[in-house]
Amino acid sequence: MARQSALQRTDAAERSLGAVEGRSPEAGALELDRLIHERVRLGIVSSLAVNGSLTFTDLRDLLGITDGNLSAHARKLEEAGYVQCAKSHDGRAPKTEFRLTPKGRIELQAYLDHMEAIIQATRTQNGED
Amino acid sequence: MTSPVRELHPKTESPVALHDRAMDNLRYIRETMERSGSFTHVSGLGGVAMGLVACGAAALAWTASTPTEWVTVWLVAAGISLGIAVLFMARKSKAEGATLLTGPGRKFAWSVTPPLVAGAILTVALVRAGAIDMLPGMWLLLYGTGIVAGGSHSVRPVPIMGAGFMAVGVAALLAPSAWDSVWGNVWMAVGFGGLHVIFGAIIWRKHGG
Repeated sequence: MARQSALQRTDAAERSLGAVEGRSPEAGALELDRLIHERVRLGIVSSLAVNGSLTFTDLRDLLGITDGNLSAHARKLEEAGYVQCAKSHDGRAPKTEFRLTPKGRIELQAYLDHMEAIIQATRTQNGED
Repeated sequence: MTSPVRELHPKTESPVALHDRAMDNLRYIRETMERSGSFTHVSGLGGVAMGLVACGAAALAWTASTPTEWVTVWLVAAGISLGIAVLFMARKSKAEGATLLTGPGRKFAWSVTPPLVAGAILTVALVRAGAIDMLPGMWLLLYGTGIVAGGSHSVRPVPIMGAGFMAVGVAALLAPSAWDSVWGNVWMAVGFGGLHVIFGAIIWRKHGG
């Protein structure tokens, strides 16, 4: 009985997930997970959301990750069009600067909406019990 | 690299876990944003108001007949200005839906406070030693130091303003700045009055509030 109730609540949460962006819960959750849901990528996108731009070094230090890790995750976000990467030179030193694209900002907002929807759905279900 | 995709999907997963994970993700986003953000709640309008208070204090201090009167005028002005700064920053942060002493705000406060405390202690020491003429330069220099330090967590005009205070402070220490001469009050008016008004207006225009 308790398990059935739990399953119903999960369904409700997933329905909310899908409803946020007007797509099926399955598709919505999948897209989220692949691009933003991963912690490092979520950190990159969140950091860029409150800064106009951040250098590679700034982001690496801020998130406390290795160069390779940041490169790999930033590349995925760049390929998805969520962040923009500009390479230049500061004197002789190469400088890489990241910036959140409008698409990335929209997706972060959608992600936040999804998270809030999950919380809201669970609270609603708990309230109905 | 593990992707939490599978963790969101299974129908058998507890909704409590989903809820907790969502809460955890939102918390992580908020903390990351706070950590990486600049302290943007330095109020431009507050700066202008502080500048006007300093200009008024300079005019009043010019009429002081004793060192005690002169110091008292400036200490009262400092207290009023501190109240204005806190009030306007709290108002700006509230308007932006944030709290004043989280993330960059806390770093800003921790950076500004030590030089101000040092300034308060040195004020007592210099007054007791009768070295009132050193006060304008010392106040401007230490206030500037605090603003430069705090400004490293804030928007660009803030540390530049701090550097301006330091420059005026150095000038006041090297040039004549006797409390009962025009210079003592001119340095104070130029620094605490002029710089606050100019940079307050710049911050107000570029960063709001």
